[in-house]
Amino acid sequence: MLEIRNQATRTAPFPLATETVKGTAIAPLPPRARLSLRLRPAEAARIGSVAGLPLDRPIGTFAAHDERRALRLGPDEWLVSGPADETDELGARIAGDLAGIVHALVDVSHRNCGLAVSGAQAEAALNAGCPLDLSLAAFPVGAATRTLLGKAEILLVRVDAACFEVECWRSFAEYVRTFLVEAARGT
Amino acid sequence: MSRQPFRLERGGRIDRSRPLTIRFDGETFTGYAGDTVASTLLANGVHLMGRSFKYHRPRGLLSVGTDEPNALLSADRGAGRVDPNNRASVLEAVDGLVTGSQNRWPSLAFDVGAVNDVLSPVFVAGFYYKTFMWPRSFWDKVYEPIIRAAAGLGVAPAGPDPDRYAHRHAHCDLLVVGAGPAGLAAALAAARSGKRVMLADEQAEPGGALLHDVTSTIDGVPAQDWVAQTIAALDAHENVVVLPRTTAFGYYNHNHVALVERITDHLPAGDTHGAPRERLWQVRAGEVVLATGSHERPLVFADNDRPGIMLAESLRILVNRYAVAPGREIVLATTGSSAYTVAADLKAAGLAVTIVDARLAVDCVADTAFAAERGITVLPGHTVVGSKGRLRVSGLIVAPLRADGSVGPRRTLACDCVGMSGGWTPAVHLFSQSRGKLAYDAGQDAFLPASHAQAERSAGACAGTYDLAACLAAGFAAGAQAASLDETRAFEASPARTGFQPMRVMPTDVDPGRVRAFVDFQNDVTAKDLKLAVREGFHSIEHVKRYTTTGMATDQGKTSNMNALGYVAGLLDKELPQVGTTTFRPPYTPVSFGALVGPSKGALFDPVRKTPIDSWAEANGAAFEPVSLWRRAWYFPEDGEDMHAAVARECAAVREGLGIFDASTLGKIEVVGPDAAEFMNRMYVNGWSKLAPGKCRYGLMLKEDGFILDDGVVARLAEDRFHVTTTTGGAARVLALMEDYLQTEWPDLDVFLTSVTEQWAVIALQGPKAREVLAPFVSDIDLSNEAMPHMSVREGYVCGVPTRLMRVSFTGELGYEVNVPADHALSVWETLYDAGRAHGITPYGTETMHVLRAEKGFIIVGQETDGTVTPDDVGLGGMVSKVKRDFVGMRSLARPDLVASGRKQLVGLETLDPNERLDEGAQIVVDPSAPVPVPMLGHVTSSYWSPACGRTIALALVADGRARMGETVHVTTPGGFARATIRNPVFVDAEGVRVHARDS
Repeated sequence: MLEIRNQATRTAPFPLATETVKGTAIAPLPPRARLSLRLRPAEAARIGSVAGLPLDRPIGTFAAHDERRALRLGPDEWLVSGPADETDELGARIAGDLAGIVHALVDVSHRNCGLAVSGAQAEAALNAGCPLDLSLAAFPVGAATRTLLGKAEILLVRVDAACFEVECWRSFAEYVRTFLVEAARGT
Repeated sequence: MSRQPFRLERGGRIDRSRPLTIRFDGETFTGYAGDTVASTLLANGVHLMGRSFKYHRPRGLLSVGTDEPNALLSADRGAGRVDPNNRASVLEAVDGLVTGSQNRWPSLAFDVGAVNDVLSPVFVAGFYYKTFMWPRSFWDKVYEPIIRAAAGLGVAPAGPDPDRYAHRHAHCDLLVVGAGPAGLAAALAAARSGKRVMLADEQAEPGGALLHDVTSTIDGVPAQDWVAQTIAALDAHENVVVLPRTTAFGYYNHNHVALVERITDHLPAGDTHGAPRERLWQVRAGEVVLATGSHERPLVFADNDRPGIMLAESLRILVNRYAVAPGREIVLATTGSSAYTVAADLKAAGLAVTIVDARLAVDCVADTAFAAERGITVLPGHTVVGSKGRLRVSGLIVAPLRADGSVGPRRTLACDCVGMSGGWTPAVHLFSQSRGKLAYDAGQDAFLPASHAQAERSAGACAGTYDLAACLAAGFAAGAQAASLDETRAFEASPARTGFQPMRVMPTDVDPGRVRAFVDFQNDVTAKDLKLAVREGFHSIEHVKRYTTTGMATDQGKTSNMNALGYVAGLLDKELPQVGTTTFRPPYTPVSFGALVGPSKGALFDPVRKTPIDSWAEANGAAFEPVSLWRRAWYFPEDGEDMHAAVARECAAVREGLGIFDASTLGKIEVVGPDAAEFMNRMYVNGWSKLAPGKCRYGLMLKEDGFILDDGVVARLAEDRFHVTTTTGGAARVLALMEDYLQTEWPDLDVFLTSVTEQWAVIALQGPKAREVLAPFVSDIDLSNEAMPHMSVREGYVCGVPTRLMRVSFTGELGYEVNVPADHALSVWETLYDAGRAHGITPYGTETMHVLRAEKGFIIVGQETDGTVTPDDVGLGGMVSKVKRDFVGMRSLARPDLVASGRKQLVGLETLDPNERLDEGAQIVVDPSAPVPVPMLGHVTSSYWSPACGRTIALALVADGRARMGETVHVTTPGGFARATIRNPVFVDAEGVRVHARDS
């Protein structure tokens, strides 16, 4: 029997303090359950939704249901996320919904981590390293895409007019956070 | 302190309520807000601002625009903020700014380098190519350093730059470059469409040429009032962004335009509020309107480069915009009409003006009448044959042109300033960069935009339109069209004096081969040099350019190109387009390295990827090494240990007890789907169909050429799920290659790939005590040798968190690789480490890992392989499946050169002296006394001190190596050769007893 003191704890990849520079707040987000879901588009269309999340949203957007989200990153790729303690439950639910259908479901909860970037200059700060058009018309609330921030690959999600979420692989977190702080200084 | 003797009483856009002082070469000068360094110096009567590049001739300002070739100054804004090569004409004066002249010694007024001017008959075009040919070895060490020191620009700063530089990507529907009349009208037209408009202008304020136009009116209001109204109108539109002090310097594909915005240089230190010094904008514009204006051409005559001789329009700018008198007695030499407007404005400012017009009287009747009305003397039909003065012009030597083309008697016009106007050249740089094609317009004597490569329009002077009303209308139309508005508008504006007669070199009465008439001021190229180049057989302008360096200075020949081109065409008796024009390349004007680098310095130079265990390694004194973007623990020195001692200790600990190693950086790909095994069969040389779930196998991957690309242990978790590991550096490359094949070659396969490199951290426990220490923390997995033999994988829990536990070994010892979710890794590591301390657990780094695997003869991709090594070369031919129909690289393995004998094969090497460590990369020969070139047998790939062997060991690739066991060879060393014996590459436990360790 494993002693309680030997139960592994969790360590975040970056300091948890929010940094606010020139009105732009860069705030680490708590861990989430994250599952990479791969599924042929025809099958996705046939099944319609998993875990209450519609799969038919356009590429580059996300669907949300309660605390759960499905980012559609490509024709056959979704990133499904939910509260951190629901990884197994979420995985089981999706696997159940997709029983008998060819798919891949891979736990990437610890691979990715997130930051919230908010404030009137959030768009400008992100555009220091992200070449996309982040105007509300081109990248509205609900948009979600894989893109670049400087030399790091990120997922960018617009949750509000002045609030974005940035996800990156764990080892890029320090770079991404430092880049955003520097970018906010340069706005 | 100076009192600005040449500042005019009235006028200008300077703010006389805000005086300032700057320093130039140690002297203090006063000016006003709104001044440039050039206008400040000229207000104080300082014309001498620099020495020329090659001949060190005294030079003053030629232009007050971005095309200035002479007055290049260093600007000092404090420690680390020293910038060379600033054009005084665009460098804004700011209180306290320290500037200095360049390329002179000991002083600007007395420069020893000016001896070059006396020796100029020696320094002809191609001088370097002709002279410094021998001895060859002198070029790098003697000639080039001396030439570079003698001829040059400013001194590059040595200290780190403390300023911040920002980057910004931006998108707009319309980018307007240039805020002169055409650009402003274009923005105005587009603004009402509601589309996103960006207007960028290089000057401190928008308005372009209107900023120095005090006589024209537009739609009934003075031109400068119209500018103010227009800016106010644009500011009222939320969809319009106006960027002053912003130069569009590069025009790339897909309307990707690079701008640099200068943000703080014009602010006094302390007023910058932490703002970045400059911002590099990368704009993606739906449409672009280029309204970049034009540049005035100098006249080419003997000694046309004396301080005080400037472009005519620049004199008008000095008087009208900066309220500076460039002189009191001014002569304007011209071949066109615009100089008459200049003359009128100078006269109105109270300065004495005479015009020398090279056109015949009949060709400039309207202009001479205009001058006569204002009491201005004109000498029509006169050429300029020289100038007088030394550090400042004191006279212009002119002579009448006779009807037969000969030159009449000379006469000197005393003056303290000369304005010259040889016509106008549209600024087509950005258009040319956009890959648009230019066409020569003989009527305008200009290359004008003809065919377009991108969604772009040129309007105004850059398209050859010089009349104000026409510029405004063209700009408006371009802006409206770009914004998809079907609108045109006529403007009522004062007519402009336009038109000129191109005259490449002014006719003269002396041997043109004996005078210095400058064509390219910045690179010191004279008409004589061009003539020499043509005479020596350089007939293409591209060749002439490179031979003489005309147009190749940092000003890109803005003032010189058309004169050079026209002159060469004339010498060759060809039409100008036949000689060609040069291609313009970014940047339009020099851009600071800071702006290009932006935030990518220090911690942001590159991402430094750290594992979840990195903080523990750091706290425990690890030395680190970079492996691709990762920072990995290299070794863990204890008190006073060097790397050698630390690695020896770490190696011994693994062989005798237990080592713990952070292998998290290994690339990991989860391959999932019913066709997973088939996909693996096609990607790797090995067979995978018969690998049972729960088993691991070492996988080897080739490129299509049959050479090893990557390797790693692959664990089969389920029928349809593989956990594939790759090398640290190969992770991204392998995944991309797999995706490439999957998407383009085998889209029918039902399999998906997901990178899990960062999902799973890997803690390697290696050594005889591994099982004993690990076991208490593992649940749901039977670790016994029978239940979990070498090369197996189990899923269960370690320290209460999920694990993919692999029994694998890269050391030859009993070993486990504990995969845990990354956020838990530090905690699990600490728990295992604490538990292992009773057993002497020792953290080890990549160096020890390298030694341990070399002792076992395990290869490292990229160390034993170099992209030309096959599986058989490294003794892994047995891994290649004989039954598979196909896999990537299979057919190449049958290529004649890959099956021929004599290929280099992996072997071990033992030096005769057990303490001698060979150099990795050292060449191996049979007989070092063989005649040069000595045939080379192979090279050393890995070389270490092996604690287990008590001697040095090496791996090497040697031709026919496996047939040479026991042979003695010679290996190069820095001092000569070392003798070594070839042996098999497994130095420790060749039978593999230890890795299969039975339960104790």
